Amino acid sequence: MPYILTVSPDFSPDHISGWYIFNTWLQKQIGEAIHLELYNSFQAQHEAIHLDKIDLIYANPFDAAMLVREKGFLPLVKAQGMSDEAIIAVNEASAIRDVTELSPGSRVAVTEDPDVRLMGMIMLEPADLTVDNVQIKVCDSYVLVAKQLLRGDADVGIFLAEAYDDLSNIIKKQLKILVQSQIGVIQHALLVGPRLAHRRDELRDTLLAMNVDEKGRDVLKNLSFDVWASIEDEDMEFMIDLMDTLNT
Amino acid sequence: MIYDMKPEHIIGEYQEVTLDLYGGIRRLILYTQIETPYPDGKLIVSTTDTSGVITHLNKSFVEMSGYTEEELLNAPHSILRHPDMPPVAFKDLWDTVSRGEKWQGYVKNLRKDGGYYWVKATVIPNVRNGKVVGYTSVRRKPSRTKVEECSKLYPTLF
Repeated sequence: MPYILTVSPDFSPDHISGWYIFNTWLQKQIGEAIHLELYNSFQAQHEAIHLDKIDLIYANPFDAAMLVREKGFLPLVKAQGMSDEAIIAVNEASAIRDVTELSPGSRVAVTEDPDVRLMGMIMLEPADLTVDNVQIKVCDSYVLVAKQLLRGDADVGIFLAEAYDDLSNIIKKQLKILVQSQIGVIQHALLVGPRLAHRRDELRDTLLAMNVDEKGRDVLKNLSFDVWASIEDEDMEFMIDLMDTLNT
Repeated sequence: MIYDMKPEHIIGEYQEVTLDLYGGIRRLILYTQIETPYPDGKLIVSTTDTSGVITHLNKSFVEMSGYTEEELLNAPHSILRHPDMPPVAFKDLWDTVSRGEKWQGYVKNLRKDGGYYWVKATVIPNVRNGKVVGYTSVRRKPSRTKVEECSKLYPTLF
């Protein structure tokens, strides 16, 4: 039975082919059959995790904490120089100019992306907004979050910064950014599960050397970064502690 | 290390007070009434060892405190202690994290230039192999309502 690789469902649709190419490359490098399973929702992915179906995962930091603490996953690598940031935006025509002008009862459009939602809600706290006093509108994608704002069905939207940047210029012109996070230390991580943990060192060495040859560099280019960086166990523990402090 | 505050570092008119800090440290504090607003979208992150000595910090900590990274590393976290903060708040913090629990509260922090900034702080114990090896603290922008509440409450707690 092949090992299963999956990617946090918040990945950019532009990178779907990139992950398939990455998986083909990885199988050749380590001589193992790996199946790439991309889930449409966080819920579907979480079910697969709970059923211990996953062996390799490019996880968002929120899920990474659960995977390491509860499922025995170990950190491998992260994309160097990348970090997860969130953007709070409103309709361009909105009278709101600052987060603190928002009031309880506001309709907040989000996706199921847990770390982005967390970062976004932290940025709404200065207006005394919490999950208990706003109306959360969960959308299937960031494009749909934008549409909620454009149609006036939501007062404010929480976006993954990368996803916001990927919106078309026509959409972006009709939106207004109130605040963008500058956290810098929260990012996705590639983790290995218990069944494949015996090959952890080899996997990490292979991935860290990926940018050395041209083929590896091309694969990384399809994922929109240049090189992997190692994650030591203590780095991962630090990230988990950080997520714990934020998740209150 | 932690030193007495120096007049040449202070911006604006200041008052003086001597504070007894954790670990038997006495520090001369020079403080002003100038507030630095907490910047949108940023988090101040630091870790300390079990005695509260800073072992790791991020850029936002440097920017908001006014100290250099070198001045903050290996200094007690009480370098930020503002005289308007009641000692009972920090006792509660230490009692809570010593039990292995998460602490959250609103804190008025002291800058190197004598000014201050308000934060919503969360502190958690770092548990490794079942043992507390230090603490992580994350500070974020507080709501003005909470700051106003605490500005009224804290003077009553001395």
